[in-house]
Amino acid sequence: MSGLTLELLLLQVVTGVALGSVFVLLAIGLSLIFGMLTIVNFAHGAFYMVGAYMGVFLYGLTGNFWICLILVPLGVGSIGLVVERFLIRPLYGRNIDDPLLLTFGLGYVFIETIRILFGLNGIPFSTPAGLRGAVDIGVGYFPLYRLFLIGATAVLVLGLWLFIEKTKFGLIIRAGARDPEILKVLGIDVSKIWLLVFGIGTGIAGLSGILAAPLQAVTPEMGIPVLAEAFVVTVVGGMGSLIGAVTAGLMVGIVVAMTSLFMPEMAKVSIFLLMALVLLVRPQGLFGRAGLMG
Amino acid sequence: MTSTRISKRRGGISRREVLAAGAGGIALAGFTPSLFSIAKAQTGVIKIGFPVPLTGPFGAEANDQVKAAEIAIKEFNEAGGFQGRLAELLVRDDKLNPGEAATRTLELIEKDKVNYVVGSLSAAVQLSINNVTKERGVIFNSISQSDAINEVKDWSKFTFHEALNPHMTAGAVGRYAFSKFGKKVAYLTADYAYGHEMVRGFESAGKPLGVQTLADIRHPIGASDYSAFLPRIQSLRPDVLCICNFGRDQVNAVKQATEFGLKEKIKIVAPVLLYTARVAGGPEIFEGVVGGTSYYWRLEDTVPTAKAFNDKFRAAHGGAVPSDYGALGYAGVRSVLTAVKNAGTTDTDKVVAAMRALKYDFYKGPQYYRDCDHQSVQSVLVIESKSKDMKDKNDVFSIVGIENPDEKNLRSCADLGHKA
Repeated sequence: MSGLTLELLLLQVVTGVALGSVFVLLAIGLSLIFGMLTIVNFAHGAFYMVGAYMGVFLYGLTGNFWICLILVPLGVGSIGLVVERFLIRPLYGRNIDDPLLLTFGLGYVFIETIRILFGLNGIPFSTPAGLRGAVDIGVGYFPLYRLFLIGATAVLVLGLWLFIEKTKFGLIIRAGARDPEILKVLGIDVSKIWLLVFGIGTGIAGLSGILAAPLQAVTPEMGIPVLAEAFVVTVVGGMGSLIGAVTAGLMVGIVVAMTSLFMPEMAKVSIFLLMALVLLVRPQGLFGRAGLMG
Repeated sequence: MTSTRISKRRGGISRREVLAAGAGGIALAGFTPSLFSIAKAQTGVIKIGFPVPLTGPFGAEANDQVKAAEIAIKEFNEAGGFQGRLAELLVRDDKLNPGEAATRTLELIEKDKVNYVVGSLSAAVQLSINNVTKERGVIFNSISQSDAINEVKDWSKFTFHEALNPHMTAGAVGRYAFSKFGKKVAYLTADYAYGHEMVRGFESAGKPLGVQTLADIRHPIGASDYSAFLPRIQSLRPDVLCICNFGRDQVNAVKQATEFGLKEKIKIVAPVLLYTARVAGGPEIFEGVVGGTSYYWRLEDTVPTAKAFNDKFRAAHGGAVPSDYGALGYAGVRSVLTAVKNAGTTDTDKVVAAMRALKYDFYKGPQYYRDCDHQSVQSVLVIESKSKDMKDKNDVFSIVGIENPDEKNLRSCADLGHKA
């Protein structure tokens, strides 16, 4: 390939890390819900899309992106709470397929609702004023917003990790994932924990939606392709593992960036090839616990 | 478990029987097209089948096509129809899927007994519809871009092409952009027929101008992130970047190119700059992007038929203006209905002859179907997206150039394999 320089390669890596940040954001919500509740949330892409629409709508009302970054996860998380309480809770203890099918259908309900409310065409959204433009990062110019995205993802992951690993509440969540029966015996209301975990997971999906809104077209179907990508990342990282989601997200981002540079036609296929390779060597994913599905 | 298995097996047998019977019927009908057209009634409602992708990524454009086509039907009926016979539009969702489109078209012809078919919004889907209509001897007027449909391999005397084709569109945009913005060109192309045909159109327009292709980067269709392609494009330092994709892909690619600051040194060009994509993307993102189109509503400032069409559309749809592909729905249906009137009959062969003889100005200035391939010879507009001096929210483009209807801008009949 002509014109290949070290600068271009490094810039491509940074592009991959930014791309990976979006994957990480999506996958941690998905992984959290699966790890704690053993629910494969097929509506995750739809929650992400609802987050983007809610963000654009609230931005139109408030004109302040930062307020939206707080309101959207709360709003989408609240929808998640309602969904868990009234739709998913009756399915606990049943076959793992039941919540999967429910969330699959729910995703379509969300998409149709948005189509009715906002139309088929999608709505415009530009990068908020303070984060526009490209800055020199030493190897070339890179969009400021994508740098912000990398930072925001790092902060969120760190916050979530501290919450789960270092707080008393996080301890209860982890215990609930390992053995809900014992937790019940100890007098802790497990259903409340599961409710909250589902709310947090969907809230993060909503947050990824508003964070992705300046990057891509805000349309009712925007969650469909990212759902597949988020599943790949979750499976590669190991279902239910936070560190796995982060590692795999960044890895997938960099792999996509590199194939885009050398074999652009293969960009879409590359992540599935990566998944196949990882699964051949480690069927439970990079950081997954074996036998979690059973 | 056992009971479901049994019922499945039962279903399998009856399905097979139905399929066999259906295939027999289709084969029979296929061998006797002339018998069929005689049996078709010369009285009653004139039915036009209209398969378009109502759901899926081009849903917004397809719905606009239906709205505009209905105006042509309404207009025809209000003028008394043809010898008292009114027209009816039978809209079907082809889901942007060639197989689905073929099935729906077959149904329209066999079950609904449509007289003509107009529609499609995809290079691949229109070829699939055309396959069915040409075998059945039914007129098909395609309202979506394709170069292949003009070629002798796919074409039949029942095939008409109301839309522009990539050669004409990319040609007009290329001739404008390369002479104005520079001769070093990079392409970011959706990896399927539409994208490839557009690149070919740009390259053949660029050849006489001495244009140099730096790279043709092909991306998978329907990609949501293009950032990974952009650093390379930036490092190539082209004068012009041609983004050869459609619909949502176009919005995403332009949005991310803007975000990467590509516009500061590179002119971004799209072969077909979509009205709906620009509305969905917003003014800042599309600012300064140049592209081609078959129609933009501001043509009404200079073309009286455009004004008349827009006014009808506004009246019917709460003040909205028709989009580019929407307007094609109107022209596609109206030209068939006009040909029926001119022919004095709904008989397919006579209507084909009347369409071939048609010289029309329905909404954008003079047009006619070329003899050898039935391509509508028409003007191509070159437009630029703007964010300032907008008259109202619909005023999103300025017309920066018009290439008048001229057969020299089409691929020659000999190139397409026709004996002209």
